[in-house]
Parts: sequence; C-alpha cells; structure tokens
Amino acid sequence: MAARVRALETILTRKGLIDPAAIDVIVDTYETKVGPRNGAAVVAKAWSEPDFAEWLKRDATAAIASLGFTGRQGEHMQAVFNTDETHNLVVCTLCSCYPWSVLGLPPVWYKAPPYRSRAVIDPRGVLEEFGLSLPKDKKIRVWDSTAELRYLVVPQRPAGTEGWREERLADLVTRDSMIGTGVAREAA
Amino acid sequence: MNQHEVRLAVGTEGLDAPVFAEPWQAEAFAMVVALHERGLFTWKEWAERLSVEVKKPGAAADGSDYYARWLAALERLMAEKGLAGHDEVDAVAAAWRRAAHATPHGQPILLENDPAKR
Repeated sequence: MAARVRALETILTRKGLIDPAAIDVIVDTYETKVGPRNGAAVVAKAWSEPDFAEWLKRDATAAIASLGFTGRQGEHMQAVFNTDETHNLVVCTLCSCYPWSVLGLPPVWYKAPPYRSRAVIDPRGVLEEFGLSLPKDKKIRVWDSTAELRYLVVPQRPAGTEGWREERLADLVTRDSMIGTGVAREAA
Repeated sequence: MNQHEVRLAVGTEGLDAPVFAEPWQAEAFAMVVALHERGLFTWKEWAERLSVEVKKPGAAADGSDYYARWLAALERLMAEKGLAGHDEVDAVAAAWRRAAHATPHGQPILLENDPAKR
C-alpha cells in the first residue's frame, strides 16, 4: 500500500499536479490543527450567545466560518439542535462525508459498514451500543450527510453550568456529542 | 449475516486520538485534498468514486480497510482522468519497493537507489 501511494505521489509530482511540501502541510493540518475542539468552540458559543445560536440555526456555514473554521470542499453546513423532544444523529450512508472543518477526520467506526447501515435502520439500538439510552418518547432524527451538505449536532447544554465561560463549557462538548452518538459531559 | 450480530466497533479514542494508523494513509488522504483543490475533480465526483469502493463486498466491519479503499478510489479516478495509469503506478511502485530493499537501514529511501535503474 505504502509503495503504491509513493508511486502515485511520484507520478503526480513529475507532472506538476501536486507539490510534496503542500501534501505535508495538509497532513499536519489534519493531524494537529483541525479537530473536534473547533466544533466544541462552536457549540459553547451557541450555548452562551443566543444571537450566535440563532445565526447557527439559520446559516451554519456563515456562523461557523465567522470563527475561522471553513470547509475545504466547499460544503455547506447545517447545525441540528438537540431538544427535550428530539435527539439528532448524523451518518453518511454513501461513504463517510463528515464535517471536517469542525470535527477533524471521522473516527474509525463512523466509516465502518455496521454504523453506516444500522444508524438509519435502528438508531435507538445503535445509540444503546454507545451507552446512550434515550427515553422511549424522545424522537430520534437521523441526518444522512452528503458531499455538499454536512451536519453538526448541537447537544443540549448540561444543567448546572449557568454563568460558565465558553472555554469551560467547551470542555464538556465531546466529539461523539456532536455526531449524536453521545451527549455532552455533565458538569463536574 | 444478521444485522444485529455485527457489533459496532465503538472506539474509546478521545479528542486527541491519532487520525491515521499509518503514514501512507495520511499521504493518500492529503493527495485527494490537494488534487481537489487544484480543481482536477469536484468533491461530489470524489465522494461517488469513494462510495463505489467502500460499498464493494468484503469491507472490514471495523472500518480498518477504509484508507485501502480510499487509495483504490484515487487510483481509479487518476486512471480515468488519464493522469496516472494502472500499469504506470505498478511500475513505479515496483521501483520504490526495489529501492527500499536496496537502501541500507537508517538512510532515506530514494527512487534513484532502485537497482533496476542502473
């Protein structure tokens, strides 16, 4: 596998289509700079500022870009808010489309066939495997990502966090809570 | 196989878990991002190719072969666009393997070290 990647890189570099230095920058960006902390900052801001939450609901692409997180594939973002009545869950049944700019690269299970096929058919069962038991009367909405439209779940703000600063709130926001396979951590 | 016999491979990775298992995965990933940014294909085109590969039978239930399929999709797309043919990739990959074999441990592997080239 490694030799084939090197071969492709060699051929495309010779043709002037890629620059190995640019490849290194992209790898470094995704390994160290882009990750779920971006998304956690978005969620914490939405929890703290009602105006920002409104903007995020109306035009997530612009609201998220205002914090400096922009997609590289020209994709649109939609934020889906968990409420007392509804829990949101994100999947990509097609392949593995994922909101890279706010969550980094997807975890292994997100790309694996069982999650991709079962999240739509049996979301409640899937959530239970993640250790999340929702009340029977709570609705689950499943959002299927595409190359053009990706979703960010805004989990419910945990109780007992009134008056917290955004940075402290962001620590409660887990990656899984923004995919919908988890909820935000409780206030310690 | 019964759907419910397939347990989800729920990871315990935290926010800072490594995103690539091996360096070649990172390179294959970054090449697609770079080629797309150069305008050689649309992201929709890419997602469709990747979808074909990940839906082929025999996918690992734990998703561990994801980047192998990613690479297969990239090779196919490059061949279709006439940018890197399958035989060409085979030949250069073989040269890389020979070079790696001929390079003493601890030294950088260079394609010039391919003994077949001399």
